[in-house]
Amino acid sequence: MSEQYDAIIIGGGHNGLTCAAYLAKAGRKVLVLERRHLVGGAAVTEEIYPGFKFTVCSYVVSLLRPEVIRELELAKHGLHIMPLLSSFAPMENGDYLLTHPDDSSNYHELRRHSKRDAEMFPLFNQMMYEMAHAVKPILATVPPDPSAPGLRGLRDLNYLRKHVQGMSKKSFHCLTKLMTMSVSDFLDEWFETDILKSLMALNGIIGTMLGPKSPGTAYVLLHHYMGELDGAFTAWGAQQGGTGGVSEAIASAARSHGAEIRCNAHVEQVLVKNGTAVGVVLENGDEITSKVVASGCDPTVTFRKLLEEKELPDDLVSAIDNFKYRGSSGKVNLALDGLPRFSALGDDASAQCMAEICPNMDYLERAYDDAVYGGFSKRPFMDVEMPTANDPTMAPPGKHVMSIFVQYANYALDPYETRDAQRDAFGNAVIDTLADFVPNIKDLILHKQVLTPWDIEQRVGLTEGNIFQGELTLDQLFFFRPAPGYSDYRTPVKNYYQCGSGTHPGGGITAGPGRLGALEILRDGNV
Amino acid sequence: MLKPTPFHERTSQLCEGESWQDWSGYLSANAYELDHSHEYYSVRTGCGMFDISPLYKYHVRGRDAMTLLNRMSTRNVAKCRVGQIVYTAWCDDDGHIVDDGTIARLGDDFFRLTTAMSLLYWLEDVGFGMDVQIEEVSEEQGALAIQGPTSRQVLQQLTSANLDDLKYFRIIEDKVAGVPVRIARNGYTGDLGYELFMDANDSLPVWDALMEKSDEYKLRPAGHIALDMVRIEAGLVLIDAEFISATHAMYPIQRSTPFELGLDWVVNLKKDHFIGQRALREEVARGRAWTTVGIQVDVVALEALYARFGMPLMLPYHSWIDAIPLYADAGKKKQIGKATSGTWSPVMKRYVALARLKPEHAKLGSGLHIEMTIEGQRFTVPAHVVETPFFDPPRKRA
Repeated sequence: MSEQYDAIIIGGGHNGLTCAAYLAKAGRKVLVLERRHLVGGAAVTEEIYPGFKFTVCSYVVSLLRPEVIRELELAKHGLHIMPLLSSFAPMENGDYLLTHPDDSSNYHELRRHSKRDAEMFPLFNQMMYEMAHAVKPILATVPPDPSAPGLRGLRDLNYLRKHVQGMSKKSFHCLTKLMTMSVSDFLDEWFETDILKSLMALNGIIGTMLGPKSPGTAYVLLHHYMGELDGAFTAWGAQQGGTGGVSEAIASAARSHGAEIRCNAHVEQVLVKNGTAVGVVLENGDEITSKVVASGCDPTVTFRKLLEEKELPDDLVSAIDNFKYRGSSGKVNLALDGLPRFSALGDDASAQCMAEICPNMDYLERAYDDAVYGGFSKRPFMDVEMPTANDPTMAPPGKHVMSIFVQYANYALDPYETRDAQRDAFGNAVIDTLADFVPNIKDLILHKQVLTPWDIEQRVGLTEGNIFQGELTLDQLFFFRPAPGYSDYRTPVKNYYQCGSGTHPGGGITAGPGRLGALEILRDGNV
Repeated sequence: MLKPTPFHERTSQLCEGESWQDWSGYLSANAYELDHSHEYYSVRTGCGMFDISPLYKYHVRGRDAMTLLNRMSTRNVAKCRVGQIVYTAWCDDDGHIVDDGTIARLGDDFFRLTTAMSLLYWLEDVGFGMDVQIEEVSEEQGALAIQGPTSRQVLQQLTSANLDDLKYFRIIEDKVAGVPVRIARNGYTGDLGYELFMDANDSLPVWDALMEKSDEYKLRPAGHIALDMVRIEAGLVLIDAEFISATHAMYPIQRSTPFELGLDWVVNLKKDHFIGQRALREEVARGRAWTTVGIQVDVVALEALYARFGMPLMLPYHSWIDAIPLYADAGKKKQIGKATSGTWSPVMKRYVALARLKPEHAKLGSGLHIEMTIEGQRFTVPAHVVETPFFDPPRKRA
């Protein structure tokens, strides 16, 4: 037995760190235990190839709650997010769609494709802005179970009801559609230009094993619109030095309040005595005691790996075993010897923005079809970010790093192939597809890192490689996240809490679960 | 009709929105892209390149050059060694500020001034009867400011001068891209940066050489919108924002002393006589009427106000220059000053402003209330006095 802590946080991902920072700020003695050699979980920057820093998994930021930035003074601790102002989507016929940060440029660009869509686009953005505003208070609410809300839950539900009632009828109906429709159907109601629709649809499928034509994907679109930067909804950005910098900033804030962060410390199990958590056991057998324990890991790890089954009621066991992960995405990170050039932009222009390989809606749906039964898309959807377009800190001068988020790659790969062979084939499919749009890409590659969902699981510990710690479908959101009756960050084990993305408000670099989890721990007053 | 600067052939090609402003009679870009964000961030992450050619520039030579400048300046220019630059103010006899600017000592009897306002008549008046030659070289010289964390690296690619040896507020002469250039290690951004001065006819090759490195060092041309945001972050006062020149002010209420601008550190009351010294001594004895400090607006309270209207928090997308009432109380019973320029700082995630306050309300941490309007309705929002520079990275001096 070693020294006594008020709280132990399992997992030094961005949510675990956030939870630790809030508890430490409240004066508690906190210890964070991280399995890997660095903090950040899926939000890490690693120098995979000498001189080149990769945002190995998570690569862009938008959903990070402004209250967390403010309350933990993250800018002071190194948060430095540069906005990504436009998206570029090349088409198969050599044309493209390039969005801009200003309405006028968008109008002219879209008018090339459709006069009607050029006029609809600002209206659509306005509507999504309104939707983001509508759901914003939900993000900072501990989900009450409507079947047994309790006094506080009733108050919160009442507040949300009033907030939603403040919306116009039209907006409310639109919100309902977003909650239920497929992203493809939803966009069909607004636009006629296929490239515009496929560009917008990609936010409906990211991290989700569903195609753009599957119902439920419109919500995932909304989830990606809920982010804000400096009060501007729907804005996305990239942390200087890679997303690891966000985790580092939160860790620095936690340390400044006295939290202790220990890396290379793999928690094997939560110590439970008489239904109460009293500490943890590490892989090496060390026991560390604490008054409370919180897990930033996904629900399967939190409940099924860190606890013995006897500690849990049957309904929770079955809910967690049925919780959908089915990681759908892989990642290819490249170190490049020079500037990649998109043929659609001509010889002398490179994309200084997000580039999206999603040439049409059917392409996205076909990419999904390819992977439904296992394996990966032959021609995958790619969300391509080149942080070095604006960030001088990630590669030597004149060199670049490229982060390619790839979908779909089924966690269940072909059972007749080795992991290594399939990873190679997946990586090749990605580069071959990309080369159709960036002819010089193959000549520039100095190093290639390929991660399938299985690799993500092995590396970061996310079950089945799901980047959100569980799919963001309606049946797994709000008071269903991770399971009905267990969405308030507590667990059936006294003094054992949840604070990962498997809880509300879900995945992405939001720090929402970490903050809400910490506030619930403090509210219970057991520490 | 506004004149083009020596870089206009290039800047005009890049200015997507044709958004120009009048800077001392020259066309000066507000922003090159339609959205200024990239330009703002370039100063804090890569390198922003500003065409600062419209600055007024003067060469002062001769046996009495130092005497002239020292008589004019609130700081002791005699302490300025060859190769050094001082930031200083100059006042009228009543101690009211005429302008601020930099004086670079290029030789024992050779100085260069850069100023926001024309100064020839002032220099000639102050130097009446002295052994000096005063030359206005504003149009003969092109000037670029390259500012940001990579500015040293990018400039080092183009010059054989060892920039590691060039300290903060020092100036050297060397070649940049083969062109004779005065390289000054200072700026108006609060970041690591340099100002480059060259013959107007040699300007384009320097611009081109720097642009050649734009991808490697994340250098991009930047305009006034970005510049004003970063200078506020740096806590730097601006003419016609924080003060009006005493020579241009029509009414006494519009004049300011350096003390009222919080520029105490540039006033040396112990040095030999300078213009305005007696008045400033009297002001010290009397106690200043105003001072200028940094304030930070409480964004949570502002958000709550917006919520009353069913609106999300609206933060200013770029800086503002205005005169916004500041009160001691939320009920606006007692006005204690005005905010003169402010910005949401995307890098610091703080809403900051420069404010002219009654000294008794200007202590660090003091609470106050700033007037804000939402949909035309007036409110007050809590704010408090904070330290300036708001943003002050070690690399600025390193």
